Amino acid sequence: MKVLLSWLKEFAPIGGEPDAIGEQLSELGLAVEEITRTGENLEGVVVAKVLDLRPHPDADRIQIVEVDSGDGQPLQICCGAFNMSPGDFVPLATIGTTMPNGMEISRRKLRGEWSNGMLCSGAEIDLGEDHDGILILGNESEQGTPLADSLGIESDVLYDLEVNPNRPDAMSVAGVARDLAAYQKIPFSIPVPEVSEKGKDISEILKTEIVSPDLCGRFVARVIDGISIQDSPQWLKNRITALGMRPVNNVVDVSNYVMLELGQPSHTFDLVSVANSEFRVRWASDGEEIVTLDGVVRNLTTQDGVVTDGSNSPIGIAGVMGGVSTEISEGTSTVALEMAWWNPSAIAKTSRRLGLRSEASARFERGTDPEIIETAMLRFCELLGPEALMSPGIIDEKGDLPAREKIKVRVSRVNSILGTDLNQKDILQILDPIGFEAESVDHDIDVMVPSFRPDTSLEIDVIEEIARIYGYERIVKTVPKSKTFGSLTGKQNDRRLIRTTMMGLGLDEAMPVPFLAPGELENAGLESDGIKVANPLVAEESVMRSSLRPGLLKTLAYNESHRLTGLRLFELGHIYRQPDKPQPLPDEREQLVAVLAGNEAGEIVKIWSALADALAFDEYELISDSPPGFHATRTSRIEIQGRTIGFLGEIDPSVLSLFEVSERVACLEVDIDDLLSISHGHRSYVPFSRYPSSDIDLAFEVDEGISSNEVKKCLQEQAGVLLVDIYLFDIFRGEPVSEGRRSLAFKLRLQAEDRTLTDAEVAKVHGECIESVEKKFSAKLRS
Amino acid sequence: MNQDYDLHLEEAKGKIEESSDLEALKKLEIDLLGKQSLTAQAKGSLGGLEPEERRELGLVLNETRSKLEEMLATRRRKLESEVKGEQLENERLDLTEFDRGHRLGHRHVVTQTWERLEDLFIGMGYTVSEGPEIEDEWHNFGALNFPLGHPARDMYDTLYVEYGDPMSTLLRTHTSPVQIRVMEEEDPPIYSIMPGRVFRSDTADSTHMPVFHQIEALVVDKGITFGDLAGTIEAFTTAYFGKDFESRLRPSYFPFTEPSAEFDIRHPGGKWLELGGCGMVHPEVLKAGGLDPEEWQGFAFGFGLDRLALMRHEIDDLRELFRNDYRFLAQF
Repeated sequence: MKVLLSWLKEFAPIGGEPDAIGEQLSELGLAVEEITRTGENLEGVVVAKVLDLRPHPDADRIQIVEVDSGDGQPLQICCGAFNMSPGDFVPLATIGTTMPNGMEISRRKLRGEWSNGMLCSGAEIDLGEDHDGILILGNESEQGTPLADSLGIESDVLYDLEVNPNRPDAMSVAGVARDLAAYQKIPFSIPVPEVSEKGKDISEILKTEIVSPDLCGRFVARVIDGISIQDSPQWLKNRITALGMRPVNNVVDVSNYVMLELGQPSHTFDLVSVANSEFRVRWASDGEEIVTLDGVVRNLTTQDGVVTDGSNSPIGIAGVMGGVSTEISEGTSTVALEMAWWNPSAIAKTSRRLGLRSEASARFERGTDPEIIETAMLRFCELLGPEALMSPGIIDEKGDLPAREKIKVRVSRVNSILGTDLNQKDILQILDPIGFEAESVDHDIDVMVPSFRPDTSLEIDVIEEIARIYGYERIVKTVPKSKTFGSLTGKQNDRRLIRTTMMGLGLDEAMPVPFLAPGELENAGLESDGIKVANPLVAEESVMRSSLRPGLLKTLAYNESHRLTGLRLFELGHIYRQPDKPQPLPDEREQLVAVLAGNEAGEIVKIWSALADALAFDEYELISDSPPGFHATRTSRIEIQGRTIGFLGEIDPSVLSLFEVSERVACLEVDIDDLLSISHGHRSYVPFSRYPSSDIDLAFEVDEGISSNEVKKCLQEQAGVLLVDIYLFDIFRGEPVSEGRRSLAFKLRLQAEDRTLTDAEVAKVHGECIESVEKKFSAKLRS
Repeated sequence: MNQDYDLHLEEAKGKIEESSDLEALKKLEIDLLGKQSLTAQAKGSLGGLEPEERRELGLVLNETRSKLEEMLATRRRKLESEVKGEQLENERLDLTEFDRGHRLGHRHVVTQTWERLEDLFIGMGYTVSEGPEIEDEWHNFGALNFPLGHPARDMYDTLYVEYGDPMSTLLRTHTSPVQIRVMEEEDPPIYSIMPGRVFRSDTADSTHMPVFHQIEALVVDKGITFGDLAGTIEAFTTAYFGKDFESRLRPSYFPFTEPSAEFDIRHPGGKWLELGGCGMVHPEVLKAGGLDPEEWQGFAFGFGLDRLALMRHEIDDLRELFRNDYRFLAQF
């Protein structure tokens, strides 16, 4: 909603600097998005009369215009627009003028012809949005007059306000003025319009019936005679233009003016074309048609409201747009003026369904003030000028109008919510200027909500109004002392540990969007059962990920296309899956995926073992597996206590080629919910022996098919309680080890809790280990 | 007689200084102080002398031997330090050659901001709560006092998913549904924050993304006031942005809070910057969370997390956070 300061001042003697008023509006909850000073940019721009037009000898897109700028002498101007004719009055920016965009006008040559100034479009001098042609002024203009004087433009301040849905009253200049007046503690009033009445009483001219009271709460009509359709006076055009509406003719402009000023939209009908001089208001029937003012045939439904004539044919869509059959035209002299209160949700539905959202429908949707209608009618007639005459009498039909609410407000509740110390009198003084009729009843207050605040129906709504007018800034700031212990949960702490560990391992955290394009899950080798977005803006964002893998593969591809390779990335985020059993929401889980581009599977095992160590999972197993999307022979599942919590290995080469990743990619995928649900993180102290230890190194030649882990387990079993540490320290392939086999070298440390081991004891374990591995795996000890 | 030993010392000094390595010095030590040495031999013959002579010669011998020992020790230290110096020189390394290897990974800037905010609120005695990103219509709208057909739903460009009944399941448009989940699951007093990922049907540009992050705070306790809200926001903004910063509340509208406000911050003398929305928890929302609004009062506030990350690092395009260009990720 835009408002002009001069317009606001017609309702209250508002004082203060423009910027300070802007701050006050913000403090009232009418956030100022922009403050524009208008009418200050026209210095140096005068009215000029076009004398002659001729082509430029050297340029097609420029013509030479001779104008009289007030001294009676022809002045040559080069101009790029062609919309004027001799005799037109146009704005001329004279030499030395600084344009609103900062350009300075000087005398200059354009392709050899002098230009002594510039003719201006509306947009160039901030008078409208038209860039295309030169602004043609009215014939009453006089050459040489400063343009501002000629147009009656005074310097003014335009505020662009953001009006919240709970403030229908602030969708009008008067409503904004009411708030400001309350803030400044100055009187506010809406002047009573002066109108002459003449002719037959309306009851002899028009009949009206509300057929559907749930559609229309109030339907008021009056007849105005003596109208001649013409341009509006310039001052009126200037105001509605400033507030963003385009001048059309006096009747349309006045309708808009009244709507902007008082918040009440109206509709005018050419009375002679209303069949039987009768209005009926009802829901449309399915399939009913009307040609609206824009010439479009509209198909209606039972959810749309219509105004019909006496023959029951629709002549307007209620609150949204009039029909072409009763449109006022050049010849119209008598109009039926209609102002109504429409059911807000009906207007919302119809305007949305038909894609016809207007300033009027926006106001009806929020709820208009049913009690402003009489004043708005008079104001309409007054603005049309003294020739416009109103028929005596008024048609005023009532439907289902929401009753004005009386709300009980407890003083104690006000102070308890706000942290204030207000008494009854303070509250009455706060509420009165914004139209809330409040009276003390015992210790509390009864509040009658004004007709222009349909949003207010609860005690808390009134408390908000009290806070707003009292001033949020005056409420003393306090900090409550928390009664809970501030901390992270175990899972939240683990998440941080996971990120810190990944960081320590040199992995960067990526955050791809959780949307995928159709087919991307399948390309990653996954099932195509991702949950679909019902109303995606683009296909690329139409499937919710069921794994973090596709997003990270896309990230690798994107980076590779920018010659960034060898990336080590991880993501910790939500994935969404169809649940196994019906449940209210999808199966939403947390997943960790790490990818190492340019690395083989071995490298990712290190990442996992470091992570398991960080989270204190001391026991896990890697079991060869081939889950979808992974490399079939270079992947294992991770089991902890017999539960699969994830996979590690390499991404399937065919998946990589579908994602256009040319490097090998090692990958770890862990279901974080499953992993963290297994007991972990606690380590009890294990005492260690104080006696000397002995080491044994054993290297075996073993078939490729036998995992190092199996050999290790065999050694562990055999060495038994004396074994305190074992690790694989070397792997060797090639001569002299035979083809299809490799050498695995383990270091075992033996130690007893209660004594120094003898050479014989060590030798015994040594011999048994060799025997057992050789036998079990057809292995051969290497010497 | 003394002169003999002076001469001996003189000769020995020459030999000691000429000795070129520790091995030669070792041999010399045996020659000069061993059993066959001049002084050792002389000591052995002391027994045959008169007491007076014996005492005198004994003193001379002891003095000579201690001088020899000292000369040998001095030379040994010198030779040892030469050997060590040579050894160290052979081991010389250029450490700059190694300054190219291991680098730490980086947490995403959004995570960094997220954790910084968590830490700040934990310090103020808050817990951290979470909820699903795919939500039902009730938690995202209905329970938050947006009845079906409520025009305020238009303020949110909602993405729905094909799950359950049409329009029943959606990508949460704000973190506020977690308020309801916390009230459903926990008894007051509640002092909690709810960081999380949210979604809107928005085309990506430098200030919009279809997915972004918010953080929300909820306090429900006895006698919580609007003044408590204003004070808590001030405490948080000064803690996060710095002591110089000030905050203000401006009236606004959200269906789930009343009175509602926007909160702004500014550096003294600077322009007000709108940071987020807040208000007293609406009585209908408390009821939806299973609480009696006559017994419990509360406030909530929320704001965009990504923008704080952009502000801290002077990043001018929101899309960069989600593009995952390595040159971006590795910067922070």
